[in-house]
Amino acid sequence: MTTVDRPSYKVIGTRPIRPDGVEKVTGQAQYGADIRPPGLVYGRIVRSPHAHARILSIDTSEAEAMPGVLAVVTSRDLPTAADKVEELGETAVNLRELSENILAHDKALYHGHAVAAVAATSSQIAAEAVTRVKVTYEVLPPVLDVRDAMRPDAPLLNENRHTKAMDGSLSEKPSNIASVVQFKGGDVEAAFAAADHVLEREYSTSMVHQGYIEPHNSTANWNSDGTLTIWTSTQGSFVVRAQVAQVLKLPVSRVRVIPMEIGGGFGGKIPIYLDPVAALLSKKSGRPVQITMNRTEVFQASGPTSGTHIKVKAGIKDGKLTAVQATLSYEAGAYPGSPVGAGCMCMISPYNVENFDLTGYDVVVNKPKTSAYRAPGAPAASFAIESLLDELVKRTGSDPLEFRLSNSSRENTTMVTGVPFPRIGAEETVRAALDSPHYKSPMEGPNRGRGVASGFWFNAGLQSSVAVSVNPDGTVNLIQGSIDIGGTRASLSMQLAETLGIGYDDIRATVVDTDSVGHNDVTGGSRTTFASGLAVHEAGLDIQRQMVQRASALLNVPEDNLEYVGAEVRSKSDPSKRISFTEIASKSGQTGGPIVGKASLSARGVGAAFGTHIADVEVDPGTGKVTVLRYTAVQDVGTAIHPAYVEGQIHGGVAQGVGWAINEEYYYDEQGHLLNSSFLDYRMPTTLDLPMIETVLVEVPNPGHPYGVRGVGEVPIVPPLAAIANAVADATGHRFTVLPLSPRRIVEELYGL
Amino acid sequence: MRRTQVQATINGERVEFLCEPRQSLLEVLREELNLTGAKEGCNNGNCGACSVLLNGRVVNSCCVLGVELEGADLTTIEGIGQAGSLHPLQQTFLEEAALQCGICTPGFIVSAKALLDKEPHPDEHRVRWWLANNLCRCTGYDKIVRAVLKAADQMEEVKPV
Ligand code: FES
Ligand code: FES
Repeated sequence: MTTVDRPSYKVIGTRPIRPDGVEKVTGQAQYGADIRPPGLVYGRIVRSPHAHARILSIDTSEAEAMPGVLAVVTSRDLPTAADKVEELGETAVNLRELSENILAHDKALYHGHAVAAVAATSSQIAAEAVTRVKVTYEVLPPVLDVRDAMRPDAPLLNENRHTKAMDGSLSEKPSNIASVVQFKGGDVEAAFAAADHVLEREYSTSMVHQGYIEPHNSTANWNSDGTLTIWTSTQGSFVVRAQVAQVLKLPVSRVRVIPMEIGGGFGGKIPIYLDPVAALLSKKSGRPVQITMNRTEVFQASGPTSGTHIKVKAGIKDGKLTAVQATLSYEAGAYPGSPVGAGCMCMISPYNVENFDLTGYDVVVNKPKTSAYRAPGAPAASFAIESLLDELVKRTGSDPLEFRLSNSSRENTTMVTGVPFPRIGAEETVRAALDSPHYKSPMEGPNRGRGVASGFWFNAGLQSSVAVSVNPDGTVNLIQGSIDIGGTRASLSMQLAETLGIGYDDIRATVVDTDSVGHNDVTGGSRTTFASGLAVHEAGLDIQRQMVQRASALLNVPEDNLEYVGAEVRSKSDPSKRISFTEIASKSGQTGGPIVGKASLSARGVGAAFGTHIADVEVDPGTGKVTVLRYTAVQDVGTAIHPAYVEGQIHGGVAQGVGWAINEEYYYDEQGHLLNSSFLDYRMPTTLDLPMIETVLVEVPNPGHPYGVRGVGEVPIVPPLAAIANAVADATGHRFTVLPLSPRRIVEELYGL
Repeated sequence: MRRTQVQATINGERVEFLCEPRQSLLEVLREELNLTGAKEGCNNGNCGACSVLLNGRVVNSCCVLGVELEGADLTTIEGIGQAGSLHPLQQTFLEEAALQCGICTPGFIVSAKALLDKEPHPDEHRVRWWLANNLCRCTGYDKIVRAVLKAADQMEEVKPV
């Protein structure tokens, strides 16, 4: 660990066990599919077998007549949704499109698009009933690839969609291109003309899935008083509530979302798919209804991330990166909203480049509507620029990390948006990579190669609310609304313990439902430890203030002569006059009642984060299989609140990035049927596909957070695509520009098969 | 559909239950017996989240029928250790931060227990080979493998000579 000017802490930086841990290792923790309200019945979705089809009719009578079937719903049961955009934290959705995605209205836009749903007394009867819902389709030609979809003569997903320009104006002709974004600075043409080396290449990546192991699920009960209760696995209970209320036209106060434990999300569990359907089935059947997707449904019809095509040109003069020009085209899936804007904004952020011209196209295709996936938009953009730079820098003869060091972004370097960076640790990560034992080790052996790449992610702030109750015995309950996907009960408790000077074990954190705490945005955007951490710190300061007030009465010392230090309040002038946290807590009944600290905020001061990775690979010249021999991830983490959990985030991001680089892709036939919708055929990394992943935590504290926290969850998925591709290029002498680097692709390209 | 009566030993207790012949063991555990520690990740044998020990062998409970339990001895995650008396694997998973979302954890612990019951001294490669049927999307496996190796070490230390 490399640490830059960090104060010493008591709890922060230690590695305690998370409060929800025992429940999770004993199988007691309740995930979304684990609850069984009395009277529970099972829902199931009828899905389109076609990628693009007009729905002519839906006949539900045969299904409805089956014994055990309690309800059938179609889009006719959904209220008409407004054509307006709702912000969801990391993604924004148009409500009408959200409603159409939940149950197709007049058109099915991808293989697996939901068209109807049934509820029955057993999951087996429900599965049978699905086959008895008769849907007649007029099959239309699908458009499956981003470049095909952009052609002027491409079949249109929506005849009324026109391309929206940056200024909001709409194209004259309808198009599958939903919008265009552009970021420009300096004069790229002049810079290219003056450069010593210029190179242009095109890169492609396929649609890939987050691959969380827990399928989507929702259990809903339409209560007799007209309120709705939903139990679900989500990254944001409040965001589910907002979407459900909008889609079903209910007042927000009448929807209560109870977040269950969540088995992975990575951005994919922010939109809603099942909740309104379970709610409508519950309303019709009068019973609580549970719907869980199976794995095929998860692949076909949740929200993977975009396949992309990126054309990029860069120029170097005297060792400096002087110009980058790029066109990024991202598949949005069936409805607009790919992360192409973020892709443009992240692409060159590790570098101080004066001249740039980046254009992004958001393009609809007949595939599932994409959702956020860990650093949405950044990995593909980074794959393109970091591959190109690797090739270009080789031509200049300099070391790729030395090149990155001399071109690194620093404090006050402006991003492509024109906003200057606050204190960042980009340079520090590159330096730590250069100094790492891995980079200093020799790279030897036939068919082996080494690659490096850097990456960036913004991190989000957004809204958080917490409440903290001090109990008479001096213990504390932390009431949080932020979902805990991988340890935030622990990382928030640790920050609270640090603020109050009490022990980690004296705090019990609970994730509560949407009726029980103020609004919290999603656990996403690497924001929770940062933003909910800020809220926890403020709530802690609130308690400190109240403790000082109470101590003033108990010690008979004026408040302004008192200070909160450690876990006690003492007189500034006479430190022998003191009273402990526990004693104040025990007397709270006599000094004004319960002590409850609260904070609700929109977080500011978010810290941008950077990583630099080193990968060693071996490519089997016979089979084309890529084996990762060694992997090191260096990252500026601000302050590692719980270093083991930070390392875990980095490990997980690297693993997903390696999967993206080597094996993962959505594979469609020409009619648009997804052919690999199982874990057997959608090949995610297993224990045998990865080495131990070395991490170097660089700590450049974020000045915008009292403990210097930066989000850490997303950056680590950004560099691996290019790091692996660069290593494969080094090993084979051949530059691959299309992911994944599966055995088939490697053999085909190496031997021209 | 008619339900069949099945007798088995589950987590050390004699149990009798009714199930449909078409129900998988995973469905029976979760929907009939309220043992929800085994998870469904794929329902076709590719993720290991539903791992249980059937007569001491690891199986994917989604690929076994409930009626096949007749006369068998079954251990699920619920039978491996409880709060206060955790199995060494459960303890090392906590200490080594080997879980993030935790949905894969019961499957990994069940599967790793079967390995350590059989082979008390696996090396890293052997652990990786054995656990290759269990998918985890959060951890990159690094800390899981470390936790299993650490549990093996600890179980060795406490064994009487
Ligand atoms: S649910 Fe049984 S192996 Fe995945
Ligand atoms: S901890 Fe989430 S899948 Fe393993």
